[in-house]
Parts: sequence; structure tokens; C-alpha cells
Amino acid sequence: MTGNDAVLALMVVTALGFDFTNGFHDTGNAMATSIVTGALPPRVAVAVSAVLNLVGAFLSTAVAATIANGLVASGEVTLTVVCAGLTGSILWNLATWYLGIPSSSSHALIGGVIGATVAAAGSSAVKWQGLVSKVIVPAALSPFIAGLVAVAGTLLVARITRDVSELPRERGFRLGQIGSASMVSLAHGTNDAQKTMGVITLALIANGTLPAGAKAPDWVILSCAVAIALGTYAGGWRVIRALGKGLVEIAPPQGMAAESASAAVILCSTDFGYSLSTTHVATGSILGSGVGWKGAVVRWQLARRMVTAWLFTLPAAALVGAAAYWVANGIGGTAGVVVIFVVLVLASVAFFAASRYPAVTPENVNAAWTGSVIPESAAAKAKGKAKDEVGS
Amino acid sequence: MNSWINLDAVWRIVVVGLLTGAGLPALFALGLRLLNPPGPADGPSTGRTTPGPVGYALAGLLFAVVLASIGWGISVIVGHS
Repeated sequence: MTGNDAVLALMVVTALGFDFTNGFHDTGNAMATSIVTGALPPRVAVAVSAVLNLVGAFLSTAVAATIANGLVASGEVTLTVVCAGLTGSILWNLATWYLGIPSSSSHALIGGVIGATVAAAGSSAVKWQGLVSKVIVPAALSPFIAGLVAVAGTLLVARITRDVSELPRERGFRLGQIGSASMVSLAHGTNDAQKTMGVITLALIANGTLPAGAKAPDWVILSCAVAIALGTYAGGWRVIRALGKGLVEIAPPQGMAAESASAAVILCSTDFGYSLSTTHVATGSILGSGVGWKGAVVRWQLARRMVTAWLFTLPAAALVGAAAYWVANGIGGTAGVVVIFVVLVLASVAFFAASRYPAVTPENVNAAWTGSVIPESAAAKAKGKAKDEVGS
Repeated sequence: MNSWINLDAVWRIVVVGLLTGAGLPALFALGLRLLNPPGPADGPSTGRTTPGPVGYALAGLLFAVVLASIGWGISVIVGHS
């Protein structure tokens, strides 16, 4: 029984670790535009987003169990399956963050859990129709819908304020941007923190710790909310930079239009029962704000790279999740879970260490885009030329 | 409507998304414009003409509508608990 308790504890720690990566991977969805236009200083922006994610996580707990329930046969879920699945999710999140690619944390989570479930119980344990109608179709449509809304918003806003003088216009839209980005943060906390709550609850039910159909216990809600908020505060500067500086050079009116489009699409879809990926929506909105803005340069090549990563997110996380399950199951019992946990920790430390040299930080996140997520100044510094240049 | 794709929800999201996601920024922009009416054509950005009382009132109304909609958005989130 103590072995099982250890596995349970590892599962919770892994899930909260995923929630943390979910936070810093997605900070950019809400705050990238506000950071690059100077509406908020970088550290203030991530702090605001963290607080709103925390609040958002407590606002609603309705969808907590649906994420995994509708996708896999819950009878096949064991603690080992969840641990292995989360391992796949975290590793994919870390890899894409390291490359500065805003990929969907929800897809990473779903992919990892599905991969581990298939490895454990075969493909019949996956509700494929649920996967297509609840995950894949919305993922394919949402960037286009968000992009369309952002194009319309950007065109309207640019047209209406074209003869307002520069200073009040910039100032006004920066304010509006903070408001709309805050809504995205709040919606993110509500949506994404719950996905982890759902997975922990599912595992607790599978383990018999909770009765079937139980709601997420308070300690699960609290710890998930704190984990996602801490992650958000850590700030995924690489992803923020890629979204805010890489795709389009964003002016405050565009930023406001993009974040409003994201907030509107996420909230509407939540209302209609679609659980969208915040990442897909935010990327679509930012691209749309570039398309709708006269003279803006949209770097489609980078956008294509991101979309390619999205296509790989589900299968890649699934493969790692499946591999982790085979390893854990092959070794067997508590030892197997401990082994994949140790490997996961080592890999995470390696990713973190690699991301420091050279690092993307709040100080250089806004440096001019030169085709890479690593600012030129940081790259030069890493090569020994200690010439630090702070972008404005 | 079939079980693979919920077209009914998709078009609703498009319509409501456009109304709120593009409409509200447009209202905000309109308010901003009312507060900063374009100056006389003599200087590029020197003319800080002030809006009349009607301008202030209308701008205030527009910002109130935007704020109310945000409040509605939050109530949508809370309503799902």
C-alpha cells in the first residue's frame, strides 16, 4: 500500500509540474502583445497574468472532469497511465518552449494521456469520435475564426481612429490592450487549470481514493491554481518573444484587436461547450491583426513552422507518453513509475539549463527580431562578446 | 448537424465572436475618437481640440457599454460553475 501511495504522490507532483509548464508556455497567449507594445512592463505583465490565472482557476470547476472522460475509457486509466501520459505532455511542452514555438498545452496533455492509454489498453480504449469532434475539429477551425475576428477588429479600429493623433491613440489602445489581455488571462486560468484538475481527479477516482463521479477536492483546485499561476509568473519568454515580436510587429491598436478577438472566441466557445486551445486562438488572432493592419509584415514562414508543430503535438506527446508507459510497465510497479519520474526530472533540468545559454529574459524579450527567438545581443554574449543591449 | 462537427456551434461562435471580439474594440475606438476629435488641418498633432459635452457623454456611454460587456464575459465564465 505504501508503494501505491508513493505512485499517487508522484502522479500529483507530475500533474502539478505539467500545470506549471502549461502556465509558462501560455503566458504569451495573453501577454505577448501587451509586452511588445510597452502597454505593460514585462514583469508586471506576467504578474498580472499570474494573478488572473489564479483567480480564473477558482471561478468555475464545471469542465474539470470532462477533458479526460470524453476521450478515454476511464476504466482503463491507472496511475501509471496518467504518470506516463503526463511525462509525454511535459516533455513536448518543454521542447516546444525551448524552440520558442507556441504549441497547445491542451493538445500535449490530451496526446500524452491518449498515447499512454493506447499503450496500456489498446486503441479501443480511446473514444476516437470524441477526439475528432472535441479536439481536432475545433483545433483546425479556431485559428481561422480567431483570425477572422481579429482582421475585422483591426480593420475597424484602424479605420475609426485613423485621424486621431498619434499620442492619445497609442495611449488609449494600450489601456484597452491591458483590459483585453486580462480577459484572456482569466479565461486561460478557467480553462487550462481545470484540465489538470480533471486529470488528477480522474486518477484519484481510478485509484479508488475518490468515489466515481466525485468533484475535484479543494486541495486539488488550490494546488492546480497555484501551480498554473507560478508557471505564468515564471513567464515563457521564448514563446512570448516568438508570438509578440516574431509573427508580426504589433502596434497597440492591433494588440487590442488581437486580444479582444482571442478573449471573445475563447469565451464564446466555452459558452457553446467547445474547449479550445488558447494557443491556437491567440496565434490566429495575432496573425489576423497583422493581415488587417496596413503595412504590417506578417512572417508566414514562422507561422508555418508553428502550425507544423501543432500538427505534431498530439502524435508526438502520444508517442512519448506511450514510450514512458512501456518503460514504466516493463520495469513494473512503483520502481517503474519512479524511473520515468527521475528521467522526466533530469530531462526538465537539461531543458532548463540549455535555455539559459543564451537566455531570453524580461530584459531582452523585446529586442528587434532577427529571425531567431534568441536576440542577437544574447547570442553574441553567449559567444563571449559581453555586449548587452537592452531593447525597448 | 452531425456528430463529428457541430456546425451550429461553429457559426454561432463566428457571429458572436465577431460582434464581441471586433465590435467591442470598434466601440472603444469610437469612444477614443470622440474624446480626441481631429484638430483643424493646420498642424499634424498639435491640435488638441477638446470634445464638446455631447462628445464626452457619448464617449462615456460607449466605454460603459464596453465595460458592461466585459462584466458579461466574466459572468459567462462564472455561470459555468
